[in-house]
Amino acid sequence: MKRAFKMPGFSIGFIMAFTFTAAALVSFFWTPFGTDGVDIVNKLHTPDGTNWFGTDHLGRDIFSMIMVGARTSIAVAVVAVGIGVLLGVPLGLAAAARKGSLLDEFIMRGNDLVFAFPALLIAILITAVFGPSAINAIIAIGIFNIPVFARLTRAGALSLWTRDFVLAARVSGKSRVRISFEHILPNITNLLIVQGTIQFSLGILAEAALSYIGLGAQPPIPSWGRMLADSQTMVSFAPHLALFPGLAIVLTVLGLNLMGDALRDLFDPKLRRDRQ
Amino acid sequence: MLIFTLKRLLSLALSLIAASVAIFFVVEIIPGDPARLMLGINATQDAVDALRTQMGLDQGVMARYWLWISGLVQGDFGISYTYRVPVAEMVQGRVWVSLPLAMYALLLSTLIAFPIGILAAAKRGSWADWLVMGGTQLGVAIPNFWFAMIMVSILAIKYQLFSAGGFPGWDDPLAAMKALTLPAFVLALPQASILARVMRSSLLDTLSEDFMRTARAKGRTARGAMVHHALRNAMIPVLTIIGLQFSFLLAGAIIIEKIFFLPGLGSMIFTAITQRDLIVVESVVMLLVFAVILVTFLVDITYALVDPRLRRRA
Repeated sequence: MKRAFKMPGFSIGFIMAFTFTAAALVSFFWTPFGTDGVDIVNKLHTPDGTNWFGTDHLGRDIFSMIMVGARTSIAVAVVAVGIGVLLGVPLGLAAAARKGSLLDEFIMRGNDLVFAFPALLIAILITAVFGPSAINAIIAIGIFNIPVFARLTRAGALSLWTRDFVLAARVSGKSRVRISFEHILPNITNLLIVQGTIQFSLGILAEAALSYIGLGAQPPIPSWGRMLADSQTMVSFAPHLALFPGLAIVLTVLGLNLMGDALRDLFDPKLRRDRQ
Repeated sequence: MLIFTLKRLLSLALSLIAASVAIFFVVEIIPGDPARLMLGINATQDAVDALRTQMGLDQGVMARYWLWISGLVQGDFGISYTYRVPVAEMVQGRVWVSLPLAMYALLLSTLIAFPIGILAAAKRGSWADWLVMGGTQLGVAIPNFWFAMIMVSILAIKYQLFSAGGFPGWDDPLAAMKALTLPAFVLALPQASILARVMRSSLLDTLSEDFMRTARAKGRTARGAMVHHALRNAMIPVLTIIGLQFSFLLAGAIIIEKIFFLPGLGSMIFTAITQRDLIVVESVVMLLVFAVILVTFLVDITYALVDPRLRRRA
């Protein structure tokens, strides 16, 4: 961890991502203004000392809404990554433990199939079928994380199965399942952390896109994507409506990507040498 | 090569069958009776039943799946529940917006990514490299619908350089291209960023190979070695990404079409979903998935032609 913070990319990324996570947490106790009250008298204020980011067409404080919106984005992305890890990693471990078996073949072909669908298209289909909501957005995004983690786990695990320490574990009579969880999994955690960071940032983008087209979190839950959709007709005379939620998305995603890249370099010294 | 192609063809067919089953059953669980929806709440049960029979809805699930899939193979996409016209006709008009948009974006993405990716690799560590790496990092992080909003408000509304939306049709190709330019650019930006980064790292990998030193040692200039030896070998991962991007572009077009009011397949799916026009949703999604699977297949075949090592491995 200490070494990670010595890399400028990681530190900058961490500050960005941490700021928004902190904003999301603080919003549970405190926001400068409430986000569910309508205050038409104060609508479309430009940013000033009271409303730091201005107010929207209903007079709500944009700064407060971005804080609360961070909850939605982060929660959706975290749970979606969680789904990917919890289902994808065991599948990948199983496929690697029985390489070439029918199970392996089945898992990998299933993965290919999910990859063949344009992710956003199916997310739209799922939310259309089950109704737009934050939960369905999570499921739609989560489904596409499963093959990502399954594939990565399998690739990482396959190279480990040929190593001597795994052979030693097998000779000592451990089952394939135990070896997978006790010896393989700890050794691919780094890979999973890097991929998790990247999928986290993709999840934030996907959530924003789904809310933007009205298939994510529903009103009155604030979300960055829907704030952008609401602002669309007013961009020409109130650009601050579109500016701040957009910047929130960009900075969070950028921060996570910078962290992911830095961690990848850190965990893989060969790459670090090549890329510098 | 023949065995490789046959194997790939078999996997193509299997993917298509699995995809069609998945799509059919997802759409199948959408609540609501399409016949009832078409006729409205005031229709008599007899009328609804008659329409159900006419649409084949009274048959079993397997029979309906078979009806749908055998129709698709013959180019019959069914008849829209909402508009009562063949879906194939509706698709025909719109495919010539979505496909050119995706191709245009792919072209722009490649045109942007190649030069800056090569530049960054050739001048590794320089300010140009820094700029490219920073710029592409930003390009990946910017949601393209937000970028579209900004572009429209600046380039289309303030300076009137592009149209803010709509599509004039292909009768006037120049006007059509102009209407697609801004959407294609917006669509291309994140993909170009990814592609430029892949191009750079793939080239850097190749540049450290022994054969590059040999090329320089036998008197090739840096530029000559780059063009004749490095670029060619660095192309494999780049091709993979280009193939993958096509599906992102097709799907991404759904949102971009909505922002720019383009009458493409994306906006068609949207309308169909809100109108519960299931047959349109099924058929268009299947069409898009078919396009993606086909492109993946073609990319695989192209590799094997370019790189004989891959043929044996498969």
